[in-house]
Amino acid sequence: MASKQSSRRSQEPEVVAGNGLPDRRALLGRGIMFAGTMGTGLGGSLTGAAAEPLVDGPWSNEVGAVIQPYQTASRFEKNVVRTVDNPDNVPRNSRARTPHQLLNGIITPNGLHFTICHGGVPDIDPDQHRLVIHGLVKRPLVFTLDALARYPMVSRIGFVECGGNSAPLFSNIALQENVQALHGLASCAEWSGVLLSTLLEEAGIDPKAKWMICEGADSPRLHRSVPLAKGLDDAMVALYQNGERIQPGQGYPMRLWLPGYEGNMNVKYLRRVMLTEEPAMSVYESRTYSQILPNGKAYRFYFLQEVKSFISRPSHGLALREPGIYEISGVAYSGTGRITKVMVSADGGQSWAQAALQDPVLPKAFTRFRMPWRWDGGPAILQSRAWDEGGNFQPTRADFVAMRGQTTRPPPVTGFPSQHFNAITSWAVDAKGEVKHVYA
Amino acid sequence: MSTRKLPLGAVSLVLAFGAGAALADGPNLGKPISPAELAPWDITIMPDGTGLPAGSGTPAQGAPVYAQKCAACHGENGRGGGIAAGVIGGPPRATLDGGKTIPNFWPYATTVFDFIRRAMPYQQPGSLTNQEVYALTAYILAGNKLIAENDVMDAQTLPKVKMPNRDNFIIRFPERI
Amino acid sequence: MSMRKTLAAAVLLVLAPGMTFAEPPGLGRPIGEADVKGWDITILPDGTNLPPGSGTPAQGAPIYAQKCAVCHGENATGGRNAGLVGNPPLAAGGIEANKTIANFWANATTLFDFIRRAMPWTQPRTLTDNEVYALTAYILALNKLIGENDVMDAQTLPKVKMPNRDNFIVRFPDRI
Repeated sequence: MASKQSSRRSQEPEVVAGNGLPDRRALLGRGIMFAGTMGTGLGGSLTGAAAEPLVDGPWSNEVGAVIQPYQTASRFEKNVVRTVDNPDNVPRNSRARTPHQLLNGIITPNGLHFTICHGGVPDIDPDQHRLVIHGLVKRPLVFTLDALARYPMVSRIGFVECGGNSAPLFSNIALQENVQALHGLASCAEWSGVLLSTLLEEAGIDPKAKWMICEGADSPRLHRSVPLAKGLDDAMVALYQNGERIQPGQGYPMRLWLPGYEGNMNVKYLRRVMLTEEPAMSVYESRTYSQILPNGKAYRFYFLQEVKSFISRPSHGLALREPGIYEISGVAYSGTGRITKVMVSADGGQSWAQAALQDPVLPKAFTRFRMPWRWDGGPAILQSRAWDEGGNFQPTRADFVAMRGQTTRPPPVTGFPSQHFNAITSWAVDAKGEVKHVYA
Repeated sequence: MSTRKLPLGAVSLVLAFGAGAALADGPNLGKPISPAELAPWDITIMPDGTGLPAGSGTPAQGAPVYAQKCAACHGENGRGGGIAAGVIGGPPRATLDGGKTIPNFWPYATTVFDFIRRAMPYQQPGSLTNQEVYALTAYILAGNKLIAENDVMDAQTLPKVKMPNRDNFIIRFPERI
Repeated sequence: MSMRKTLAAAVLLVLAPGMTFAEPPGLGRPIGEADVKGWDITILPDGTNLPPGSGTPAQGAPIYAQKCAVCHGENATGGRNAGLVGNPPLAAGGIEANKTIANFWANATTLFDFIRRAMPWTQPRTLTDNEVYALTAYILALNKLIGENDVMDAQTLPKVKMPNRDNFIVRFPDRI
């Protein structure tokens, strides 16, 4: 698995990492030679047709449309949307999943950021909204948004991931679904706001306090118990997402952001933080976010979104038209800190090459990885595997299932048999270029 | 930048190829194209006249074309005052208060031809013939007394028109060229 | 990179990037617990903050029929929404076993907390505290976690022992 430190830059190293991966550490913007490919024409267009004569499109011969005040995408990109699994807003959770297979970079646009709403999307008047800090504090305080706007703020890029993201992979049989359906409950943005520690210190923390009960102003008043340690670490009262005020689907006018922690804990529509000695054992942490183990016991207080990566292209639903060079690309992230390494395999884990990590590589944020790959037209199984700076790495699915179990029959793809799945994802390319989801 | 084609009736998206910045031996998916195929888009006119098409025009030929297709925005005498800037006349020098014109500022007459041909009229760009563009160019240059009333503008004569402000430019950062 | 502007009448210090406040603006307004009370609906597992009031399973039955059955089913076995009664053994169901109040929940107080803050779905916070006690008693009795005649109130509810209470493992104890 270690990449050779080759000094033979002028020669063409053999492709030793199996099935079309270069046996070198992939680098952005540098040349990588594949043996035996110079001058063969392989990888060029196989149709043999020459170019067509150029003509002006009608858009070049007429004046364009008026500029929109809030810009939206081209109509030719109308398929780049979230999937929404409760379109009629019936009385249950609603989830919207990010189309990773259609995106690039590490920033998820605000309109495509995943969300889960437990009582629809409330329409909150920011002038009437308040944030209260009370409980085991010296001075219970209430804040208006105007007041918070005057506090020193920080900006930070980071992911939010639902604890149940990737839950379809608990299925005993690999579901034929795309990366949006499998891993769409994770996104990454730049969040700007006031550090919660600033406000807690203003209220004065009672030494007996160990927990914060954080509650939102939505109809179910969703609440979670969060360790005070996290509140004093990097918790943020987030007001801006990618530069603009956060949208109602993400918690307008304010949400709690806990970098690297379970999405449900990042309480939207935050209205109250109560410091206590003990956790409140809300329904969400008592029932929903508590994972049954094969031995009959269950985890609670999982909190941490562990190291994970997945290839977003090629992936199920994105067929390869012809043999040739492709870029394997995806995202890696960890609630522990920075991604240090992503390895990619094209032969189902028998051999690996190290992918290039796109700058910036930030802690608790998406990191884009890229790997050139020559597809020879035969079967291939693509995998990615990530390491983080804490020394944690993604397990194989077999190792993960040995610890956490799997279902006895395939669940619905929108279901959550369990949570905190972070094992390797595998995509199988067949000779026709179709990509299936497999376990390998 | 990758592009996508959606096969009619198919469920899957067909993945086209990315730029592959990491590869010296890249995907090699560019298709050869001949100058003849390129011609409709090959509309850059260089200051030395390279790219000028066949054809010619005089100020007298340009006047009726101007009246019909240009005056509505650029004014009856080319003095502007309507939606668009004037193309004839103007102050002797441009200042920070305004007043950059073809005669007091533009370094090359070929630019007039290039811009009219690619972008005018505003609502129907690409609708003028090369003859019309030469004629309009001649009309405007003559209106600004940069050529004589009877001069013919064509691929040979247009690049030779000397613009008064041509030598008044200083390259700001020569090492960036 | 710091900037200083000196105005004729006053010296204005412009904040340079990287400079932090010696102390923050201090713009929180004091608020008394009496004013917080309208939002202070957190019920802790030891019963802290349970309001005055009480209810029995018999009192809960008609409220359930009128306000809950439409989603949770006439016999509380589920319908459009989750069932509230049932105790399938967890082990037999695998990791995707149906988690119910009886076979999974650690604290009976969670039931009171959730009904009171979030139910009915379309009209949250319309139930009186007595109604919430009554519904809680009704559901606990259906699940045979309390007796048919037991009264639920601020003293008795926290004492209800939930069968699965000791089967939880804290995943990362050092993060608490």
